Amino acid sequence: MAHFIDRRLNGKNKSAVNRQRFIRRYKQQIKQAVSDAISKRSVTDINNGEKVSIPGKDITEPFFHQGQGGHRERVHPGNDQFSPGDKIKRPQGGQGGGSGQGDASADGEGEDEFVFSISKDEYLDLLFEDLELPNLKKNQLDKLVQYKNVRAGFRSEGVPTNIDIVRSLQGSLARRVAMTAGKKRELHELEAQLALVEAEPVPDQHQLMALREQIELLVKRIGAVPFIDSFDLRFRNFQKRPEPTSKAVMFCLMDVSGSMDQATKDMAKRFYILLYMFLSRSYKNVEVVYIRHHTQAKEVDEQEFFYSQETGGTIVSSALKMMADIVKDRYDPAQWNIYAAQASDGDNWADDSPQCADLLAQQILPFVRYYAYIEITPRPHQSLWLEYEKLQQSFDNFAIQPIRQVADIYPVFRELFKKQAA
Amino acid sequence: MSSVEQKQPLSDGPDWSFELLGQYQTEIERVAKLYKLDTYPNQIEVITAEQMMDAYSSVGMPIGYNHWSYGKKFIQTEQNYKRGFMGLAYEIVINSNPCIAYLMEENTMTMQALVMAHACYGHNSFFKNNYLFRTWTDASSIIDYLVFAKQYLSQCEEKYGISEVEDMLDSCHALMNYGVDRYKRPQKISMDEEQKRQKDREAYLQSQVNQLWKTIPNKGDLSAEHEYRFPSEPQENILYFIEKNAPLLKPWQREVVRIVRKISQYFYPQKQTQVMNEGWATFWHYTILQHLYQENLVTDKFILEVLHNHTNVVFQPEYHSKYYSGINPYALGYAMFTDLRRICEDPTEEDKEWFPDIAGSDWLETLHFAMQNFKDESFISQYLSPKIIRDFHLFAITDDDKESTLEVAAIHNAEGYQQIRQTLSAQYNLSNIEPNIQVYSADIAGDRSLTLRFIPNKRIPLADNFQQVLKHVHRLWGFNVQLEQQNEDGSIKLLGSCPV
Repeated sequence: MAHFIDRRLNGKNKSAVNRQRFIRRYKQQIKQAVSDAISKRSVTDINNGEKVSIPGKDITEPFFHQGQGGHRERVHPGNDQFSPGDKIKRPQGGQGGGSGQGDASADGEGEDEFVFSISKDEYLDLLFEDLELPNLKKNQLDKLVQYKNVRAGFRSEGVPTNIDIVRSLQGSLARRVAMTAGKKRELHELEAQLALVEAEPVPDQHQLMALREQIELLVKRIGAVPFIDSFDLRFRNFQKRPEPTSKAVMFCLMDVSGSMDQATKDMAKRFYILLYMFLSRSYKNVEVVYIRHHTQAKEVDEQEFFYSQETGGTIVSSALKMMADIVKDRYDPAQWNIYAAQASDGDNWADDSPQCADLLAQQILPFVRYYAYIEITPRPHQSLWLEYEKLQQSFDNFAIQPIRQVADIYPVFRELFKKQAA
Repeated sequence: MSSVEQKQPLSDGPDWSFELLGQYQTEIERVAKLYKLDTYPNQIEVITAEQMMDAYSSVGMPIGYNHWSYGKKFIQTEQNYKRGFMGLAYEIVINSNPCIAYLMEENTMTMQALVMAHACYGHNSFFKNNYLFRTWTDASSIIDYLVFAKQYLSQCEEKYGISEVEDMLDSCHALMNYGVDRYKRPQKISMDEEQKRQKDREAYLQSQVNQLWKTIPNKGDLSAEHEYRFPSEPQENILYFIEKNAPLLKPWQREVVRIVRKISQYFYPQKQTQVMNEGWATFWHYTILQHLYQENLVTDKFILEVLHNHTNVVFQPEYHSKYYSGINPYALGYAMFTDLRRICEDPTEEDKEWFPDIAGSDWLETLHFAMQNFKDESFISQYLSPKIIRDFHLFAITDDDKESTLEVAAIHNAEGYQQIRQTLSAQYNLSNIEPNIQVYSADIAGDRSLTLRFIPNKRIPLADNFQQVLKHVHRLWGFNVQLEQQNEDGSIKLLGSCPV
């Protein structure tokens, strides 16, 4: 009496819900681990999940159990040297009298870490949770809209190129059937009568003639029903449906003058990576434009952007000018969502800073969705910061934040992009 | 037996097919019948390794309710499995009628046969016939009950929110070991009945509780009422007490307490029969497959693979081995059942002295009797023979925190047998392992505080995480909770309270 069932094709993710519950419950700890991890993570590695480690003691389930001490007796196997009455030193690391299973520490008194992996999606979700596209509300009002033609059923009027042949012929067939069915039935009856009359030995000629006349009339009338009528025609219908654009461009602006060392650039890089990951979750296509500058600005590829060494002074406005030009040339603000992030150690020629503020206010900020400036320096704020600070009050798509060390990046990023309260 | 010799041996795989599974199952069942194994009908399900991990992490329950702790278990299992720290169990078997056993797709034909003999005939007959299982679990309704529980809890989640339900379950899980009746016999009811009663119970329970708390006496009577204690006797089933008497729980919360309590009760026999259950199943997979081998129904290759796995299963590392983690229930149980058979079939003088009533008796009857009427504790104190003690080189250690050294209390010699047997038996007594904590009083006349009382066994203290457990008790009870310890001299010490 046995019954075999093949369950292999049943879903295997029965525990998925429980797993989600676990992650939900320990979100705080996992988030902490994730934000610690971003600062250690290799910069090129954005397509993987993350290994998360949370303290074992945080996730135990407490229950009443026995502690150390008291009087215990236990039986163990494999006696190779003892006689009754032998005294044995307590084993090191606990007085449990051996490692009996009953009193093994079940509440994780040790600092064991609970390590597990989360998938890329879970990682990104946690990383960007509570973050929102900047100015989302405003974005929805003046959202960039493109129209796309989509099929929307059929209609009886239209241009000849849109005729749907199958539908039209279906209509024609239906019409012909409807208009001729009664006549055909009548025709068959008359023909049957005719046959009867003709079969008689002496056919009644008068009757024959009348029948033939009627038949002829019917055939003519059936023949007069047109094969296709304008009434039958069906045309494919198209509608224009608005589609929010999924194109975005991200400008990375960075100062590469002598004062920016590699560590500072790496910090900036992490910030750009976060921004890139964040944008790619919201937009299908994200293009990246790298502009680096010292006294002159230059559009470069990623490798050169981060790793070529330059020296010299700093004129930030050169990069802003270049960005404005590129936008004009290639990224029509009516079709592209434009984001920009500028990283700098704050150095700038003092008389250039007001010019930067002007450029931003006139030529850039009106067209971009969001412009973030991060100042990576342990020193007091520089002139550029002070200028930008003034600007911040009049534009709500403009944000500035200082970063001092690698671990600051993620919190600052969150701060910049936190969900708008409104 | 000429007909037997003409039989072709069954294919030994290594790949299995459903047809072959069926052939093996038929033969195994035939042999099991010869040995009078009485089983529930078998429902054998073939699953993948991932599905095995799923089953694993929900304590083997095919349809468990959702809770984060199962997710945690799953993540751990998955991690360990993927890194190769641990193999998966070959099988999982559920005490239900029909008895559900899972076979893993990856197993070889030999392993599938071994698993079928082990789970579908060994464990299955144990579930059906052991007195603890007969008394405490109702195999025919457990699946229905689990379905009911899962549905009920997910309805609760919809109505009251995931967090609310999760909080309740957390607290109940913390007290799961204190949710079993040890003496009363539960009544059996069907799924329909269960659902019908649930609604009634909800209304009724709430009215009862309200009644109870209405009996607050007038202030003037307070001194007279002082002697009156509620409950009149200490209650060991803390969850039951909470379900019936906690003043602030809503009806659905009482039902959640009840569900956890019921499931805990369902697993209660399994906790007490590890050695016997595994020993019995291991003994039978060995005996049945050997029998098939004698009949030339299986090949040499087959039986060698069986023996290889069998010896792994019954391996007992010695106390100084780095693999040692207590006594292996498979090893001890298998050795004891095998030894019982030997005592019946081929008794020595020693056996006749130790087991006068079974030495030389019919082995099959004796084994069935032993399986039916004992749990680990009593099984060991009844049947642990001197030979087993010698074979395992068992020795007893006394560890008293008042002494600076451990002492060897007994070893495997004539003077020590009795003591080792007693000590080992006590080691499997749940009331020695789990701290004895009972509901001592609920101050229904005053501040409604609940007092739990801990009575240490041989001065073994409570592990110091009890404060966290008290928080859970407090969440369920809703008012102050205290935990007292009653010392050997009768004095009472307050261990802790919540809120502190």
